[in-house]
Amino acid sequence: MPTHEHLRPILEYLWIIPLLPLLGSAINGLLGAKWPNKFVTSVALGSTGLSFACALEAVREFFANGQAPFRKEFFDWIVAGNFRAGFDLQLDQLTVVMVLVVTGVGFLIHIYAIGYMAHEGGYYRFFSYLNLFMFFMLILVLAANFVLLFVGWEGVGLCSYLLIGFYFLKKSAADAGKKAFIVNRIGDFGFMLGMFLLFRAFGSLDFQTVFAKAATWQPDVMGQFGTLTIACLLLFMGATGKSAQLPLYVWLPDAMEGPTPVSALIHAATMVTAGVYVVARSHVLFTHAPTAMYVVAIVGCATAIFAATIGLVQPDIKKVLAYSTVSQLGYMFLACGVGAFGAGIFHLMTHSFFKALLFLSAGSVIHAMGGEQDMWHMGGLASKIKVTFWCMLCGTIAIAGFAPFAGFFSKDGILFAAYQSENGGKVLYGVGLLAAIFTSFYMFRLVWLTFFGEKRYDEHHVHVHESPASMTMPLVILALLSLVGGWFAAPALWGGPNYFADFLAPVFGNAEAAGGEAAHSLELTLSIVAVLAATVGLIVAWRMYSGKVVRGTYTGLRKILYNKYYVDELYQATIVGPLVWLSRNVFWKVVDVGVIDGSVNGIAHGTEAVGDTVRHTQSGNVRSYAVWVIIGAIVILAIIFWPLWRPAFFVATSGGVR
Amino acid sequence: MVATSYYLILSAILFGLGIVAFVFKRNIITLFMAIELMLNAVNLAFVAFSQALGKPDGEVFVLFVIVVAAAEAAVGLGIIILTARNRHSLNVERVNLLKL
Repeated sequence: MPTHEHLRPILEYLWIIPLLPLLGSAINGLLGAKWPNKFVTSVALGSTGLSFACALEAVREFFANGQAPFRKEFFDWIVAGNFRAGFDLQLDQLTVVMVLVVTGVGFLIHIYAIGYMAHEGGYYRFFSYLNLFMFFMLILVLAANFVLLFVGWEGVGLCSYLLIGFYFLKKSAADAGKKAFIVNRIGDFGFMLGMFLLFRAFGSLDFQTVFAKAATWQPDVMGQFGTLTIACLLLFMGATGKSAQLPLYVWLPDAMEGPTPVSALIHAATMVTAGVYVVARSHVLFTHAPTAMYVVAIVGCATAIFAATIGLVQPDIKKVLAYSTVSQLGYMFLACGVGAFGAGIFHLMTHSFFKALLFLSAGSVIHAMGGEQDMWHMGGLASKIKVTFWCMLCGTIAIAGFAPFAGFFSKDGILFAAYQSENGGKVLYGVGLLAAIFTSFYMFRLVWLTFFGEKRYDEHHVHVHESPASMTMPLVILALLSLVGGWFAAPALWGGPNYFADFLAPVFGNAEAAGGEAAHSLELTLSIVAVLAATVGLIVAWRMYSGKVVRGTYTGLRKILYNKYYVDELYQATIVGPLVWLSRNVFWKVVDVGVIDGSVNGIAHGTEAVGDTVRHTQSGNVRSYAVWVIIGAIVILAIIFWPLWRPAFFVATSGGVR
Repeated sequence: MVATSYYLILSAILFGLGIVAFVFKRNIITLFMAIELMLNAVNLAFVAFSQALGKPDGEVFVLFVIVVAAAEAAVGLGIIILTARNRHSLNVERVNLLKL
């Protein structure tokens, strides 16, 4: 509405939100190498802080505008025939949540990173990458068509690669970066195929057009593989790569090689949730494809329990959190799969708070321990790093699902939706609940091993110290958010409205399961069961890990879990190994050396041989050149006069033309 | 009046002699004379055609050829003198500095 244009300066120029981090990245990347850290810091923080402020203002304008979905085509990007992919941005309720999470949590993690990275080399490089990541992530969530979304999708993958391999001199870090990038390519292949299929079906990749047309289609029935089902499964394949679900989750635990702020921002709070966002964004397609929904729910549920069991025995503090992230992402997909997209996005938001908090706290612990990550070499830290301890405890309670922390409300919503769903919802619920027990267990195990018990490190060499204020301040803010972040949904417990679900209702429409008095009492019961489950995990962890603990030996089931079900070894044997063999023995030794090098060298040798023969005509002898001229003249004359000299019988057989 | 074919045959004979001399003789001066012989054989053919066709074109061409031949003689003799001075020989086989 042009009459309101002057009232919403940011909304009309929405591109400013992603552009600011891009500018920050460019300035730091191009000029930062010679600058003192102070300048780099102010550019990085200023651009993300301004971006966060712009996002807040855009959201304010969005509300002032009566929450009308905003969409604007800024310029054409690809125009080919009937196809148009433009730089189109949109802001609706779902985007509001994502943009605030990305810019808000991103800004806090930037502040934290100043303290964490203060003594590292490549300071400017780190912040340049981190800002670039913010740019691509904002493009991803603001995009109004699949093509622009894919730009952000690939861009965050690139930044993830760069930041995982930030310590590129360390071979394991460089390898982990490559692993993340390559595994994601598999998912992206499916994502692109899905986009092609959607374009074939709808002639457009615009969210508006595609979803409006798809809504009029007859939904596939369960077990039917129509166009929409296949397209959804392909999109979900992309999501399993980006969001680390079975079977493509293997890159995320290795991604912990990156600096801890990266783990918090990219591999916990924002990028890995992109898959959930895509599924939620395409909810119109998914609700028309029940088979795909079912696959999403099963994969999510299986990942949740699978990753949680691995997390039970890991000794590395960041690995535990990594598997926890995979597991929690599984919950989000479970929610989407049973049609509770709002609950999935709610968990996405609360998870980004408490998992960012947990990673940053873990980073603070590692910082305090001087780089030690093995929990068996920690212990008794609670009294030495009090702020970190209390913040981590908040995050642990939140993720374990105790009221009134955020994780209680969001996880509760997911389990409730799973319980109510058709087609084996009770089983999904049961597995989800078991995963919740495991979650509570491994998180409290982490707390006990790290903060309680006897000191298992060498006190003469490790000087435990609390982190600087730039690191503890974001921790405290995130701890508060982990506490209050779930309260949007709190009134639902005593029969009131669920503000978060109501807010997202315009996007997800009737996809949400309907409530009711019976459903409400059921939800209350399930909440109590969930808290009991978390308590069970807490008690078991307390029994096992309080007091004197020993690492012990890994045998039987524990050994399998410790070795992550040997999935990496399985992939190595079935996929990586044969590919390497094929590359070495066929593509290198036959195709590269034989065909490519062979043809290039063959042409060179042939030219040389011809030249070697023909060069003898260049004798430097004037008279021999004269002979060549004469021979040439004779040949030309012969060609001209040949028709006249043709023998008579030749003329006769050819019909006497001449 | 002499038939045109006689002139042409004479011209061809002279041209052939010029070619043979150019290819088989070694003395640069002789080669030079062979070139002159070929040029004049061509001149003869030109005037013969000019007379046969009753047009002046051929005669005009002959004047051009004579001019070019004069210029060529000036340049060519200069080169020959320099060659003789530098290489102490008029044998064309020995003018082979460009040979590989």
